[in-house]
Amino acid sequence: MTQGFLSKNPSVLWFLAILGLFTVVVTVLAEATGIGLLSTSFIKTLGKTLCLCLIAVAMDVVWGYCGILSLGHFAFFGIGGYAIGMWLMYARTEIIVTESLAAAAIPPTPSEIENAIGTQIFGVVGSSDFPALWAFSDSLFLQLLMVVLVPGLLALVFGWLAFRSRVTGVYLSILTQAMTLALSLYLFQNDSGLRGNNGLSGLQNLPGLEDTPQSVVSIGFFWASALALAMGYVLFAWVVSGKMGSVIRGIRDNESRVRFLGYHVESYKLFVFTLTAIVSGIAGALYYPQAGIINPAEIAPIASIYLAVWVAIGGRGRLYGAVIGAAFVSLLSSWFTGGGAPSIPLGFYTINWTDWWLVLLGLSFVLVTLFAPKGIGGLFDYITINRAPQRVGDFGPDKGALRREEGQQEPEERRP
Amino acid sequence: MKTLLELSGVTVSFDGFRAINNLSFQIGEPELRAIIGPNGAGKTTFMDIITGKTRPDEGRVVYGEKSESLLKMSESQIARSGIGRKFQKPTVFEAQTVRENLAMALSNPRGPFDVLLYRKTAKGAARIEEIAEEIGLTHELARPSGELSHGQKQWLEIGMLLAQDPRLLLVDEPAAGMTPAEREHTTDLLKRAAQTRAVVVVEHDMEFVRRLGCKVTVLHEGSMLAEGSLDHVTKNQDVIDVYLGR
Repeated sequence: MTQGFLSKNPSVLWFLAILGLFTVVVTVLAEATGIGLLSTSFIKTLGKTLCLCLIAVAMDVVWGYCGILSLGHFAFFGIGGYAIGMWLMYARTEIIVTESLAAAAIPPTPSEIENAIGTQIFGVVGSSDFPALWAFSDSLFLQLLMVVLVPGLLALVFGWLAFRSRVTGVYLSILTQAMTLALSLYLFQNDSGLRGNNGLSGLQNLPGLEDTPQSVVSIGFFWASALALAMGYVLFAWVVSGKMGSVIRGIRDNESRVRFLGYHVESYKLFVFTLTAIVSGIAGALYYPQAGIINPAEIAPIASIYLAVWVAIGGRGRLYGAVIGAAFVSLLSSWFTGGGAPSIPLGFYTINWTDWWLVLLGLSFVLVTLFAPKGIGGLFDYITINRAPQRVGDFGPDKGALRREEGQQEPEERRP
Repeated sequence: MKTLLELSGVTVSFDGFRAINNLSFQIGEPELRAIIGPNGAGKTTFMDIITGKTRPDEGRVVYGEKSESLLKMSESQIARSGIGRKFQKPTVFEAQTVRENLAMALSNPRGPFDVLLYRKTAKGAARIEEIAEEIGLTHELARPSGELSHGQKQWLEIGMLLAQDPRLLLVDEPAAGMTPAEREHTTDLLKRAAQTRAVVVVEHDMEFVRRLGCKVTVLHEGSMLAEGSLDHVTKNQDVIDVYLGR
């Protein structure tokens, strides 16, 4: 199958080759594994970018291929981050607390340790009890399961409710945005059990790997992100190729026609929505340990809107377009907002890119939508598609196309 | 010839306007049937009811040997049970090739996982070739269907209908915008299909209906005005008054 699939989708091979080359180059230039030309923080930025590329690919499948403009995929991304963050925080706090209590005269009881961990984690929101949400936080395996299960189940339930009532188009977008907003507002509360607006922090410190320098951790996460992107890309390329892709694109272009062909459109949408939500969760679980901190602001609707902007600028309906868009815009964004871009003094006013970057981004989004709907990815069409052949010849009206009276064929003898 | 589909006492109102008014209709298998009627007679609504797009306010719609009610089924279930529809405006998936369009319509399991794991078979490919031959699009199989001419799109849609292998075909104005040569081809296609299936053709063009040479049902203001051979209904004074005489 793989043979046939790859030979039919050469862009997948190209993508994997470029991603592999990129990974090798970064590895060689990294501090821990190479000549140290790239700083640890830049490696983390690149690793995070790969995670953003992965969620952009997922977004492209759900929006560019299936036509569902979801403004909720960053919520799934954030949930993935929270799920892994809970274990990271719990396990690391447990190690610290155990160490500090080991010095005490009387050995601490398990409940004392539990309480101390609770105080450490939840002291910031004035609590020390573990909410029910944290029931599995001591188990890496279970929390990894949560990375997949929680976004998957949320998407399944939400999607089932939304698609079943045939909510489509902009109304569905608003609905997904409302879900995202509700989740983010809930997490902002101190008693939500996830430390309110403080979020989870210190996620870059991996429990049990305290002695490993961040330079090594960062390249490890970079590899993991590259691998996840490669696997996600192949998975989605497989999903959108062949008959499944045909049906999904059919749903995008004419939902009711697909229905009259006998396909249960809602199941297909649910499948795509849930699968992309799960992949988004995985991307988030890889992203936030590199970012080090997650808070509810990350889940806010604006993040999901950015995601849509990346995919639109990169080019909807082609997976590599989404990757290009996410990488290009997010790296450019961190360059502009990180003070990398020089300010432009105009004499009477100085353009500070930290303030004006969003204006530039918004403007380019509008321009791309108006003048280059295929996005950056559309440029590849100039290389790959042979221009349509010149149709020279007699393409005049068919015999009998002439009708002096509506619907009336001309009598035979009157035809020239 | 046994009855395949039966509508009885069906009424549909849109905001008080009765689009279908106490309509009863029967079709057997195999049978070819033409439905004619002036604009607004309820022809398209009639098809909407059968395919599940519109739910009637009153009446029964039963289908098949087991006399299942179609009113409880979703559009996709109805389609899977063997009712195919061709729309008035050709609605093919323009971004996809002719082959992809036909492959999507091919009667195969329709669940998401069936489709995800679907493997192309020699049998399926042969069936696509066969249909393409029948609708005269053999050389266009690899072309995006958006590039096809209007008539070719109409045929492609009829081909998709055949690929579904339905027991009942509902065909809405198949000859609209076709040249006379294309019309003849379409007539042949429909007649051939009607040898083994039930085919309902909605059409305005009397000549086209005459060539079909089948029983005709005349709709007017949502009810059946007359039924019988074309010659019979065209002599009917009511039909002349509301439709032909205009």
